[in-house]
This record gives sequence, structure tokens and C-alpha cells, in this order.
Amino acid sequence: MLKASKKTGLVFFPAFDWAIDPTHPEREERLLYTQDQVMEEGVFDIEGVVEYKPDIVTAHDIQRTHFCVPDEASVTTESHMISAGGAAAIARAVMEKEIANGFALVRPPGHHAMRMVHGGRGFCYINIEAIMVEMIRQKYHVRRVAIVDTDCHHGDGTNDIYWHDPDTLFISIHQDGRTLYPGSGFTGELGGPNAKGSNLNIPLPPGTATEGYLEVIQSCVLPAIEEFKPEIIVNSAGQDNHYTDPLTNMNFSAQGYAELTTLLKPDIAVLEGGYSIEGALPYVNLGIILAMAGMDYSRVVEPDYNPEKLKQPSNVTDHIKRTVRIINDYWSKRHEMREKSGKPGTIQERHREIFYDTDNIFERQKEKIRICRDCAGAMEIDSQAMPGTRVIGIHIPLNACHACTETGYDMFEQAKKSSRHDRLFLQNRPNDQYIIHDYKS
Amino acid sequence: MIIGLDVGGTHADAVLLSEQGVVKNIKVPTDASNLFNTVLTCFNLLLDSTDISKVKRVVISTTLTTNSVVQRNLDTVGIIVSAGPGIDPMNFKRGEHYYPVSGSIDHRGREVQPIDAGEIAAICEEMKQAGIRYVGVIGKFSPRNPAHELKIKSLINDDFDPVFLGHRVSGNLNFPRRISTVFLNTSVYSLHRNFFNAVSDTLKQKGLTIPIQILKADGGTMNLATSMEFPGQTVLSGPAASVMGAIPHAPTDMDSLVLDIGGTTTDIAILVNGAPLLEPVGIGRGKYKSLIRALQTISKGIGGDSEVTVKNKKLKIGPHRRGPAMAFGGPSPTPTDAMIYLGKMEDGERVLAEKAIAMTASKLEVPNLEAAQMIFHETCARIVEMTRKMVDQINSKPVYTVHEFLEGYQINPRKILLLGGPASFMAEKIQELSGIETIALPMSSVANAIGAALARTTCEISLMADTEQGMVYIPEENYSEKISPKYQKSDALETARIFLERKAIMSGASQENLETELIEFQEFNIVRRFSMHGKIFRIKMQVKPGLIKDFSLAAIL
Repeated sequence: MLKASKKTGLVFFPAFDWAIDPTHPEREERLLYTQDQVMEEGVFDIEGVVEYKPDIVTAHDIQRTHFCVPDEASVTTESHMISAGGAAAIARAVMEKEIANGFALVRPPGHHAMRMVHGGRGFCYINIEAIMVEMIRQKYHVRRVAIVDTDCHHGDGTNDIYWHDPDTLFISIHQDGRTLYPGSGFTGELGGPNAKGSNLNIPLPPGTATEGYLEVIQSCVLPAIEEFKPEIIVNSAGQDNHYTDPLTNMNFSAQGYAELTTLLKPDIAVLEGGYSIEGALPYVNLGIILAMAGMDYSRVVEPDYNPEKLKQPSNVTDHIKRTVRIINDYWSKRHEMREKSGKPGTIQERHREIFYDTDNIFERQKEKIRICRDCAGAMEIDSQAMPGTRVIGIHIPLNACHACTETGYDMFEQAKKSSRHDRLFLQNRPNDQYIIHDYKS
Repeated sequence: MIIGLDVGGTHADAVLLSEQGVVKNIKVPTDASNLFNTVLTCFNLLLDSTDISKVKRVVISTTLTTNSVVQRNLDTVGIIVSAGPGIDPMNFKRGEHYYPVSGSIDHRGREVQPIDAGEIAAICEEMKQAGIRYVGVIGKFSPRNPAHELKIKSLINDDFDPVFLGHRVSGNLNFPRRISTVFLNTSVYSLHRNFFNAVSDTLKQKGLTIPIQILKADGGTMNLATSMEFPGQTVLSGPAASVMGAIPHAPTDMDSLVLDIGGTTTDIAILVNGAPLLEPVGIGRGKYKSLIRALQTISKGIGGDSEVTVKNKKLKIGPHRRGPAMAFGGPSPTPTDAMIYLGKMEDGERVLAEKAIAMTASKLEVPNLEAAQMIFHETCARIVEMTRKMVDQINSKPVYTVHEFLEGYQINPRKILLLGGPASFMAEKIQELSGIETIALPMSSVANAIGAALARTTCEISLMADTEQGMVYIPEENYSEKISPKYQKSDALETARIFLERKAIMSGASQENLETELIEFQEFNIVRRFSMHGKIFRIKMQVKPGLIKDFSLAAIL
């Protein structure tokens, strides 16, 4: 009988009854053919492959990661809670050592959801991976986490949530933002003053093929992970780099995905985007599952796979080599860059404009962060949504130092006096506490 | 009158039922080397003083296929598989003559690579040389499109008969299980055919002219003709017979558990409002993993004759059986010895039972009475614990829609039905430990034969309609037809019901016993470049396992 060499958990939650709208790429049928392929291959009969039922996350679980405006129920549906719960179920099984690793094949996706949530961005409302990571940090006292986002779109939501966190190494590999939504994720985007270099963005030119992806994994991602020494590696496993994806322009293959998974060895993989639902997803997902289980995937090949046609042009290869050098240079200078990024104890400000394409909302943010060498730093986000409301969110990070905790409380007391806001939130991670202050009451 | 016969591993049980109740019941030892003789003995004993013309129904359950699998007493057969991309089909090799061939169909049933007729011809020659007579043909995704299986069959049909095809066994997707299922059907076919033709002929000579029915693993029956195409479905019909035998006593408005406590093992099944739960894909047990419809049962090594051991002053019951209880001349202490010592059971040598308990008591360093109570308690507690585990496991089964997740039906058993030798002695204790009302079935020793006698004919079909491709398919029935873009849910349901009823009647069902049930319905939009191009409907419908209606149950209660 077929046996996995690594015990692998799977959550399969295709949400066959949920769609953004009937012809939207993020619709009921998205994982249908993947399910057919996985079932037909008899994957759940393989000894050492265990299927888990998704959990359902609570509003409290979401509150560790997000400021939902006006509240969690207004910006999510049960589907989102179960999708995040799917990732959480895998994470729990990995942490309890029931399985060596696991893959949550869930939808809807989440990697475009930022800390502040006024609505949907890039088909995402809440950040599946971040909610999961904060749950395992809370319950299992995990500190250092690496998240490698291999979706073809910049994982700007996850990037935003961990922008200031030196304990999270976030790496996004994606198609160049000048050619694809959301238009961000350039090499110079390295994280906030307290975490410079712990965010790495690796934009790849259109036409990048399997060799380019594997080059980036081997030359950038693996060395960084080795130095960072995470306790847990998470892969946001988007599948839209595939050569048949209708929304992107890359040339990655099922074999390439399986190889990438073998190299990266994620403890937890979570499905993100991927909209070539017939030509790519069934084969890519099967390849990833077999790779995670340490099994032979050499015969997992798309019906129309032609390596000759998918050859990477030499100018693309050269471009990728240059990007790799730039990233590695930043990575080696990260401590130096952090020293230079500001005087500890001072407050640094950042102004941003964020567009919620799925719900047509425009948001203006003013963010304040306390420069700190001992923790991720107390933070305040003043956010105005149009249409929408104006809120303040204050974040005291997990493992906050005494000074940042005090700063967080001060920010909260100050903010209470405002007359221009509708709501005020305090996300107090050390106490696992979330306080909502309603100005009108 | 109705005859039910269950030939088990150690003994055969048979009943003759009339509207007045059980007219006659017998129990004879099974002659494992000659099951035909055992069947014959049962019929001779049952019918010696009965008017044969009054027998309207005969249902037989045997361990014939189960034994041949366990003893590897199988025909040498040829298996041809066409896989395409995915897991290497050599991982699913069954038998010595296993041939992966070219040809590939994708998940929507589209041809990716054609069959190579020359390659098939060469294999055909090789199999003929090897003296093979029966062949199974299995294609990946054949339930989505059986064209390749049919093509291969047409190429080899002149040389092998019968040829068994994968898409006929089930609409469920699972290529490795489809291979196992077809392999089983192919390799037990001649054994099954010879056996049941002999039984049928002998019964005819006795004047029994009605067609016989054969019990399946799903607790339903099929006629002889259907069984020739799917002989593997008779595997594990014995446990199903017992579960069906408990149904007359099961509440119809709540969930209950059926526990068959034997000498070696305890088998557990779940009844939801009196109807047994089926395995979602097919038999899931170890070497029987297949697409064969089966009641969901678990079997654990704990029973009346389980070996009682003590390790570090801790008591352990099972999982092995070394022989009968010491009170019946066996080698080691057992729960049965404890029940005799405690005065619950009156059979057996009491002196030997006392010896068994004394052995255990000295290792536990407790008085004899306490040791006997501990063994009895531990045995019942283990059984209760395994029922809890099974219920939890089923309740945590993954679901694939938000609706199912939120509405998820949770099994909550309110009654336990006990069968098997020790059942009546354990009922009270199991009730106390589980907190669930527990009864030992009356006539529990022939409940299996009663279950076989009263089981209705069951079957299942899967329908797929794809309005983009403009086709509706029922793969198991080799049916496909063009449909218009306006084809809708109600059309699909109607077609499915017609074909299901037809299949059931063909398999031996009577019109009044067609209790059909929709077990799966899915509807999807097909979208190309952001516009709707059609719909996919997927339907599974069954005649669900249950008891025949044209018989008054009052008589046997």
C-alpha cells in the first residue's frame, strides 16, 4: 500500500456554496476539479495522509490580527471564519505533533487583507495565515515565524500586518508590481524601522519560469530562512504563477510547485489564489500534497505541459539574477539598516492611501510607530475610509517591552479624547485583549 | 414464507419466517472446506417439514468471497489500467498480470491521450499465453468518460469473457479503489458463479423455483444475475446481516448503536432514525478498501473470549483470542470466565473459571471477587469507549460546504442494541457506563439470519449533467444522452430517479420496496473569461438499506 514518508494533514474546504458573485474568479467551482483529482488519485487512502475537518475561528481570534470596521461580523461571512479555521486546524495538528506538516486547501483566500479592514481587497477580507500565526503564538508560545508567500500577487496584506515585527520573516515572491495587482512589493519595501529587512519583497518579471522560481528559493529564500531560524515555516501557496493562469503572466508548472515545496519544507501550507481551475489547480495541488508527504510526484504533469514552450528567456534570467543580488545585499545589511532607521524612543509617522478594489472603498491612514530595539513597537493607526468611518487602532505587540506597553496605553488614553473619530480599538497582544471604545456612547 | 441464511466463519444460522413469526431457526457448524454442504444442510433442516411452494423469498449471506480473499484463493486474472498523469499506477498493482497502458482522460472526461490498439493487442496475446480467462479494465476518470474502458473491452472481448469494467462498479472517484474493486470482482467471479449456480440448481431440484437473493456488504440484496457482474459486493455481508437484524428493534425517531459482541471481536454500526449509516466511498477496512458500498462498521479485538492479561498490575482485555474461555477448556482467562465466576452466566465449568480468576487476581494482588469484577467492568468500559470513539470520528468527518459545516448533523445515540453471545449479560453494565438505554435483542443468536431474510434490494446511481458539453451521463449504467442548454435540476433528478428504479427492479427489487433517497446534489456554474458558459449537476441517489415492507414485523418482535 502507498505510504507517505512524512505524515501530512490536509484540510479540504472548497466552500462549494460560497462565491463573491456567480461569474467571479473566486467562486463555488474553484476547487471542484482539484477535489475530483485528489479524490480520484485516492490521496485520502494513502497511509500517513490524514484529512482534518476545519475549525471555525471566532471574532476574538480575528481581533489578534485585525481592526475590523465597524466589527468582525460586518466584514466577514461564515466562509471566511471556516477558511481561517481550516488553516487553524492544520496548525493545531502540527503543533500537537499529530502530523509532520499540513496543507489547508481552503477558500476564500486572505493574503491581501491588511491589519485595518474596511472591506475586501483582492478577493480577501481577513488574513488566513496571520490569524493562524497569531493563534499558534498565543496558544503554543511560538515566537519566530517565517511566512513565504508564493502567490503571483504581492502578499501586501500579510506584508502590512508584519511590517513592524522583527520576529516574523515575511518573504513575498510575485510578479512585478508594475505589471500586476496590487502594484506593490518592490525590492526596497523592507519593513518598518523596527523590522527593516525582516520583510523581503522579490518581484519577478513576466515570463519567469520554473528555473527562475527555484533560483530565487535556493539563492534568496533558503539562506535567509537558515539565518533567521524560524520555529515554524508557513507557505502562502498561491497557484497563479502557473502558465495557464488567466490573471497573470508567468510560466510556472506543477512540477515546479512540487519542487519548490520540497525545497522550502513548509510546516504549514495554505492555499491562496490560483484561478486556472481546470488546467492548473488539480495538478498543482496534487503535486504540492505529494511533495509535502515526501512522495514521488514525477508523474504529476499537466496534460498540455510542454517544457520547450515554457523556456525562460535569457533577459528574464539575467533580471532575476540582479534581483537576487539586491535582495541578498539588503538581507546582509538588515541590522545596520535598523540602527539607522531612527532614534529609539521616538515616534515615526507614515501616511498611506489604500484602495479596497473588491468593495470600492478608499482609505487614508496615518500610522505612528514607537522606534524600539526591544520589541515590535507600540503603534497607532488613524484611518479614514471613504465611503465609511474614521477610526483609530492601537496595537501593543506580543512581547512588548515595558516602554512600548506604556506608550500604547498613553496612545489609547489620548485617542479617547478625540472628537473626530467613530470608533477606537486597542489590540493588547500581551494580555490577549481587545477593547472597543465607541465615542457616541 | 421467507428464508434467511447467514453462513459465518464458525457457524451458519438460518431462519424460516412466516407472518406468525420465526417458524424455525437452526444453527449448524460451518464446514469451511465445503460451504456448499453447509448451505445444503441448512436448507434440508429448515425445509424438512415445510411446504416448499409457500417460500416466497430466499436471501443468502456467505463468507465465500471473504474467505477467498483471506486465503488468497483467487483466480489468476489480467488487469489493464490506463492512468495518465498523477500517482504512478504501479503503486496499485494487483495480481501478477497487471498492465498499465497509454491513454488518458482528464477530470472533466476529456480525452488527453488515446488508447494504443497495438499495445492492447500485444497484452492480449501475453494474457492468452498465460492462460488467463477473466480480465478487468480500469481507467482513471472512467466515471467521467468510460470511452477508453469500452474501447479496450471491444479490443479483447473475443478472447476473454467476462471483461469487468471500472466505470460499472461505482460513480465515486477513486482510481486505486476502482482497481481493487474490479480486481476483486474479476478474481472471485468463477468461484462465486460456480457456487451460486450449484446452490440455485439444487434448490430448483428441491422444488424451490423462486429466484434467490444474495446479501451485500451494504445490508441490501441483489439477484443472481446482478451478482455475477459484481460478485465482490458479497464480501463482509456477515456483519451487515447482524446490523439488519437489529433494525426491527431500533427506534425510528432517534439514533442508535448496534453492538455485535462476539467471542473475538465486537462490531459496531450506527443507525440514524433506524437506517444504517453507509461508508462514504466504499469499504474502508484494510485489505478490503474498495468502492463496494458497505455499512459503516468498526471491528475491534474485544469479545467474550478475549485474552485477559496483567502487566505492571494493569489489566488488559484483548485484542487477541487464544481459544475459548478457560471454563470451556481454553488456555487463558477471559471475560467469559469472569461472567461465570460472578454468576451472570451459568454455562461452563465453574471450577475452571475460578482458576482463571485466581490467576488474574494474584497478578493484580486483589481478592478473586474484586478481580472478576474488574475484568467485567474493564471489558464493558472498553466496549463503551470504542463506541464513543466511533461516534466522535463520524461526527468530525470533513464536509465541503458552508451549509453542511454549519448545519452539520451530529450523531447522538439514545439507544444501544446488543447482539451476540455475551450480550444479555453485559446490557445492564453497558447501560450504566454509557448512560444510554441498552437492550439485548431477543433471539439475538439468529438476528443475523433474520436480518438477511428481511433485507431489501438496494442499489445506487450517479448522474452527471454538463450543459456546456450538452450531455447527461449515468456512468454505471452506460447511459449518456444529449441535453439542451435549458436542462435543469428537476430534469436531472427525474432522470436519476427513473434509472435508479429501473436498476433496482433489474436487481430483484419489488415495486413497493423502492425507498429512494437523494444522497448528494451539487450544482456549479461553469465560467469562461468571466461569463457563464453552463452548469454542472452532480447527483447520487440510492435505494437505501432497510427492511422489506411486505412483511409484518410485529410477528418477530
